[in-house]
Amino acid sequence: MTLASGSAAVHGAVVEVSEMRKSYGGRDVVDGISFAVEEGEIFGILGPNGAGKTTTVECVEGLRVPDGGRVRVAGLDPVADHDEVTRVLGAQLQESELQAKLTVREALELYSALYPHPLDWRPLAERLGLTGRLTTRFGRLSGGQKQRLFIALALIGNPRVVVLDELTTGLDPRARRDTWELIEDVRAGGVTVLLVTHFMEEAQRLCDRIALIDNGRVTALDTPRGLIARLARSTVISFTPSVPLDDEELSALPALASVERREGRITLGGTDETVNAVISLLARRRITAHQLRVSDATLDDAFLDLTGTP
Amino acid sequence: MNASPPSATTAPATARRAARTAVLRAEARLYLREPGSLFWVLAFPPLLLAILGCIPMFREVSDDLDGLRPIDIYVPVTVLIGLIVVGAQAMPPVITGYRERGILRRMSTTPVRPAALLSAQMVLNGVAGLVSALLSVTLGRVVFDVALPRQFPAYLLVLLLALAASLSLGALISAWARTARNASAIGTVVFFPMLFCTGLWLPVRTMPDVMARVVEATPFGAAARALDQAAVGDWPAWSHLGVTAAWTAVLTAAAVRWFRWE
Ligand SMILES: Nc1ncnc2c1ncn2[C@@H]1O[C@H](COP(=O)(O)OP(=O)(O)OP(=O)(O)O)[C@@H](O)[C@H]1O
Ligand SMILES: [Mg+2]
Repeated sequence: MTLASGSAAVHGAVVEVSEMRKSYGGRDVVDGISFAVEEGEIFGILGPNGAGKTTTVECVEGLRVPDGGRVRVAGLDPVADHDEVTRVLGAQLQESELQAKLTVREALELYSALYPHPLDWRPLAERLGLTGRLTTRFGRLSGGQKQRLFIALALIGNPRVVVLDELTTGLDPRARRDTWELIEDVRAGGVTVLLVTHFMEEAQRLCDRIALIDNGRVTALDTPRGLIARLARSTVISFTPSVPLDDEELSALPALASVERREGRITLGGTDETVNAVISLLARRRITAHQLRVSDATLDDAFLDLTGTP
Repeated sequence: MNASPPSATTAPATARRAARTAVLRAEARLYLREPGSLFWVLAFPPLLLAILGCIPMFREVSDDLDGLRPIDIYVPVTVLIGLIVVGAQAMPPVITGYRERGILRRMSTTPVRPAALLSAQMVLNGVAGLVSALLSVTLGRVVFDVALPRQFPAYLLVLLLALAASLSLGALISAWARTARNASAIGTVVFFPMLFCTGLWLPVRTMPDVMARVVEATPFGAAARALDQAAVGDWPAWSHLGVTAAWTAVLTAAAVRWFRWE
């Protein structure tokens, strides 16, 4: 086992999933998923509801047994070597609870006692804004406070890999930003992070690479920038022209991917080339463009484009 | 792992023991935070004994009972009731609730197996059952002048056997029930026949022949007879001990067979 984890370190991949499949009631909810997460990487998993994200990460955690394929965490099999995997992997589950009458402090103390080399829970509680809630029972915490506690419990064992399923669901905007900083610091300490999220802003800010999962398959695996660059309309130009422009003029623009008109305002999707062409068109026709805005497409756009309806 | 040096294997073993102790400590705190459950385990059986003891007839020597008073007979009965409460009533909703709400699942992502939660529950309910028994015996002795068990080692043996039967019954209910509510319902359904078997309504030794034979084939009917015999100074019949032990084995095997972690 020591040898196996050593060889994983050589390859650099801390989490390896290859050709993994899992079916429920004859339906493949995970249908041959492969990806590898490098040491110290923040790896995102995005995808629509029911895509198979939770199923995938729970196979990595050893909570579910895949029907086929191979899963390794630090060179260990999460099912066969479950005990060893729990010592290197911290998990925040999409759905779980604690004993209703356990206080926050007791939960933190209990879970640190379960690990061989735990972190000090006090600074962790402080960073997650739980210090004022230490004597509150789990059952009386708000949804966001419960979420913060579970983030703390995922990190408390000082893991090499942390798996976070819907990291900031239920958190207020400030707590969300604080949590992002915390995760960045955790990664700076060399921890590998596997993150499931529905927040594109979160994925764009945190993730080095993202796997887009749809219908149990990886439909795209790239950096956030790379995913956006795949869009035919990676740039969005919008303006209100002083003189109406007709469709013919617009459709002649190079690399144009979409045109939208609303109350005299025109929104064009395209590339940098399109931007230049629009500007010269406007100059040529001496048209003033009111409130001209040029923006990059977001991960949101990429997500919608890449997970289109089946 | 097999070839690891001793220091590497003992360190995780000590760590695991420390972790299990932490689980037990946390569960013990939580146990003390359930006043309802504590009432049924610790207060209800002695209270029942106290109420029965207030009836004058219960304190008079009866010919049916070989010169004993009903209250003498009812101490072992309330002792058994305490043991049944922990297994059939107190434990199943807790364990089922832990499974239902994903608490067992959350724990299985840690180096401690969720079995640590189950064994903590067994230990705590076992201890509570024994404390309850001690309270009933003490109350009987101090307030109603009931003699202490004459055949003490046998009494203790039966007590532990009955406790094991009750906890294995509780484990089986926890295995079958899907929700905590469900577990309480099943617990209540089995509770009353069990109470009958202890001789709460009619002491087992005074039951008509056929009925006695049926009751003595149940885990707590047999335990009631054995406890009764040990209380008056006889070594309990091996058949009674065997019945309770056999039930325990069957219930445990069934619980292991059907228990699910999620
Ligand atoms: N234990 C189970 N039994 C039966 N079907 C299941 C089970 N777990 C998941 N599924 C099914 O598998 C599919 C994928 O579920 P999963 O929870 O992995 O989705 P997800 O991508 O995490 O979705 P969400 O974004 O809503 O959390 C769903 O269609 C779900 O109904
Ligand atoms: Mg999910």
